[in-house]
Amino acid sequence: MVKGQEKKMARKKAKNNGAVEKKLVGVADIVITAAERSKDPTLSIPVRSLANVTFDEKRGMIELGRRKQARSFFNVGMAKKFMQTVLVADALAELQRADLTTSLREIYYRTKHTIKNSHENTFDGQNESDPLIEDLEVTLAALREELHVRAENSGTVVGPVVFTDDGDRVDCTRLGKGGYSVPSIVEPEYIQITRCTADFVLLVEKGTQWNRLSEDKFWRRYNCILLTGNGQPPRGVRRLARRLHEDYNLPVYVLVDNDPWGYYIYSVVKQGSINLAFESQRMAIPKAKFIGFSSADPDRYGLPRNVGIKLNDKDVNRAKELLKYRWFQKKEWQEEIKRMLSIGLKYELDALANKNFQYLTKTYLPRKLKEKDWLD
Amino acid sequence: MSKPMLKSNTATAETQPAEPKPTLSAAQMGARQREISVSEFFTKNRHLLGFDNPRKALLTCVKEAVDNALDACEEAGILPEVIVKLEVASNGEPPPPPSQASRFRLTVIDYGPGIVRQQIPPIFAKLLYGSKFHRLRMSRGQQGIGISAAGMYAQLTTGKPVQIISRTSAKSPAHYFEVQIDTKKNEPRIFENKKIDWESHRGTQVTLEIEGRYQKGRSSVDEYLEQVAIANPHVKIVYHTPEGETKEYPRTIQELPPQPREIKPHPYGIEFGMLLKMLHDTKSYSLSGFLASEFSRVSSNLAQEICKAAKLSSDSRPRNIHGAVAEALYKTIQSTKIMAPPSNCISPIGEKAILHGLYKQIRGDFYTAVTRPPAVYRGNPFVIEAGLAYGKGPEQAAQEAPKVALAEGEQQDNDNELARVIRYANRVPLLYQQSACATFKAVLDTTWRNYGVAQSRGALPAGPMVIFVHMASVWVPFTSESKEAIADYDEIRKEIRLALQECGRRLGVFVRRRERAKGEFRRRNIFELYIEEVVEACNRLKGGKLAKQKLKEQLQKIAMKRTGGQKTDELLGRDGGGPEGLPHSIIVTAEGIEGDAPALPGDAASDAAPPEEPLIAVEPAPAPAPKEKAKAKKAGKPGKSATLGKKNPAKVEPPSAKQMTLGFEPTATTAKHGQGTGKKDGAKKSKK
Repeated sequence: MVKGQEKKMARKKAKNNGAVEKKLVGVADIVITAAERSKDPTLSIPVRSLANVTFDEKRGMIELGRRKQARSFFNVGMAKKFMQTVLVADALAELQRADLTTSLREIYYRTKHTIKNSHENTFDGQNESDPLIEDLEVTLAALREELHVRAENSGTVVGPVVFTDDGDRVDCTRLGKGGYSVPSIVEPEYIQITRCTADFVLLVEKGTQWNRLSEDKFWRRYNCILLTGNGQPPRGVRRLARRLHEDYNLPVYVLVDNDPWGYYIYSVVKQGSINLAFESQRMAIPKAKFIGFSSADPDRYGLPRNVGIKLNDKDVNRAKELLKYRWFQKKEWQEEIKRMLSIGLKYELDALANKNFQYLTKTYLPRKLKEKDWLD
Repeated sequence: MSKPMLKSNTATAETQPAEPKPTLSAAQMGARQREISVSEFFTKNRHLLGFDNPRKALLTCVKEAVDNALDACEEAGILPEVIVKLEVASNGEPPPPPSQASRFRLTVIDYGPGIVRQQIPPIFAKLLYGSKFHRLRMSRGQQGIGISAAGMYAQLTTGKPVQIISRTSAKSPAHYFEVQIDTKKNEPRIFENKKIDWESHRGTQVTLEIEGRYQKGRSSVDEYLEQVAIANPHVKIVYHTPEGETKEYPRTIQELPPQPREIKPHPYGIEFGMLLKMLHDTKSYSLSGFLASEFSRVSSNLAQEICKAAKLSSDSRPRNIHGAVAEALYKTIQSTKIMAPPSNCISPIGEKAILHGLYKQIRGDFYTAVTRPPAVYRGNPFVIEAGLAYGKGPEQAAQEAPKVALAEGEQQDNDNELARVIRYANRVPLLYQQSACATFKAVLDTTWRNYGVAQSRGALPAGPMVIFVHMASVWVPFTSESKEAIADYDEIRKEIRLALQECGRRLGVFVRRRERAKGEFRRRNIFELYIEEVVEACNRLKGGKLAKQKLKEQLQKIAMKRTGGQKTDELLGRDGGGPEGLPHSIIVTAEGIEGDAPALPGDAASDAAPPEEPLIAVEPAPAPAPKEKAKAKKAGKPGKSATLGKKNPAKVEPPSAKQMTLGFEPTATTAKHGQGTGKKDGAKKSKK
């Protein structure tokens, strides 16, 4: 049965490859058609900025607006970018045909060469090629995974779940303290969730706190999946949480530091990010809950004031920006953020160790879960 | 009880200093007073004359000898030719290498008028003896200190006398002298005096043996001579370096600058004490006569007027005027409106000569020169001249272009070298105390950023640029006797600034135009380069089944249309009147030289590979009739190839580059501005 499934998946993969490749070849078609009509070849690329995202309240996610920018070849300012975009499209098409995945950096090396009759490089640094890949993702409405570009693995998972990865069975209850490193592409074509008996998913911002929970076997006691993205969770982690949430109906709780960046991480998991708004549909988990660390918690849990850290100017400005985001307009959120600003302090999850080393596992989270003390 | 005690105390205190033991009586002290000879003064204070360290001393000696030679030749109406020879001096031992040596023998030979026998000792061995101090005439030397001070320095450091050979004509014999200064009396002491045979028919040779240090670079003898050559293109200099090299600075202008005339002082430039002295010394019997004859720009009418205004009889004896009356006269003179002094007493270098000088010595892409109309400070007329040489020259630029594509993190060196300022006073380069000089301050004052040159606050402009500033005057106000910096008079600084601004404006036009052309060129170039890439990528995307050539041609057509095609080429730089409409300028491009550039000797030698043929090949469609002259010159003349041969070795460039620079071509109007002469000279030369 497993073999049959694999075959099916492989076929699906190949088919998918064809579709994406077609989209990439479309870039060449744009050039050819424009040339035939003596027109300036132009790509229209959706704008990826705050100004061009909308918040769909009903669906609870950030969506990309309709504004587009033209990138034309015969414009001195854009000519090089246009040329580079075509080169990247070519490299991505090559990946599709060979059915390989690669990293952003490899794409950069693949497309870098000296332009004929000159001493000019097609690309001078990876910072030139990275945004072009995102441009193509948006323009062609193809996900990065579909383009076969992966990021570094930077997430870890542990708990009662079993995956099939390249035919290998990965039982996440038997991986010790270290857990399973979440690949950057977790689409069903690559990784299948074979079994999952957990009750909920706990997404932790920091690796240190994830280690604490893993070491204390928190997941066993509360029958949950522990997931971390080491800071801003990468696509793989977000996508995996979404799949667990969708396929197995697991609630997702987000545990972050009490600072503006923590709030924003939560919002990215919940509604999607501004930069990747076009992927919200596949990534966002509108029902995710903010379990902590709330600005009300120090008071509620009797944490002394001196384990807080003074908000710096950057923190304050960021918090004020958050207050303006449409997806932070709920009353409780405005209160939450304003409370932090009025206290003037931020708290790290690590500060809970001030009470005792296992305070997070033994007291804080159990009480939170029991009292259903979270923000939506 | 305590009071009397105190009293007695004060009493002793009073008596003690009342009877000091006199150590010196007034008579004894008086006996110690004695006159200080000027030579003694300068022996102790040689730094005032530019002999503060061995390196500078060597330069000062060269400078004084060369200045004297040039002044003498010019005054006698002879085109100057000067030979400077520096040798390491040693006493029988093998001489150390020049960079280690501490003793040098300097010989300067000119083929000038020579010096009459009896004048030789005082000229070379008496301080403050000379022809130039008492008259207001533009010359290099002013005080009559220079060469005798050099001799004194030689005497002081090596003990060797100054050796002079001089001959005034082929008919008269050559005289050989060895002289030193008697520093006590400031009188020459003659060691040797004989008639000798000398191969030269006329001229003077001075030999000094001095302590010094020879080091190249900034403020060196080499730099000094190079700068002399820039400001004096009518001079031929042959320089034998201590290292055994011979450098020749050829003459590019075959005529002498006009003789500066001597003038009387202008009343505005006279101080009160000076007026008193003049009143006392004059030979005139009447005040009005005195005023009219001793000053420039004072007519007898004006003299009468002044007398009337000062409430003095115009017949009063000048000698009898002193005290309050003299002061009233002085004030009246200062408040009377008097015409500015005549300016024909000044002989500026001239735009053409500056251009030639800069072009000859400095590699660049753009040269320009400005001579300001005469102005006056403190009653002394003066003229400011400025020049610019900008860029690295096409040859250098080609060398610096990157040879390979750069790797990540590598960067092209953006050299942030600052501009170099070369300063002159009456054609003499000033090498020291740059920051104290009015010229330097004026360069800093100028806002170079307006002219497309980078400049940080309070600094010299940045870029490959040489800024030339010359002040010509009957009396250049130096900040010290060693003549290193020009004093900062407002009038002078203003004139310098105006001259620099004019140069800057022209440079700005050039830079902007070149940027525009570069931009245009780059635009087309970008598309040309990228089309290739895009076509290849599209072909790969389409699985190699693309009509590549067709797509390429289609895209190239669009590119041509978008960049304005050949129309833009023609639009660039066609306003006529000097190269690109700039007066008194030379522009050097990879294709050739525009403007009145001198033909450099040696050009004819490297005539081998004339690169005209490819030039003709890319010439755009037949030019309209009036342009033909210029075009023909550009393409076919052998003289052209001569100049090209040296400065611009033939190199292959993409056709688009050629079209771009063709936009710079001089039109028929530029030819009118006497632009052809330099090239024609070259033509003649190479035909020979």
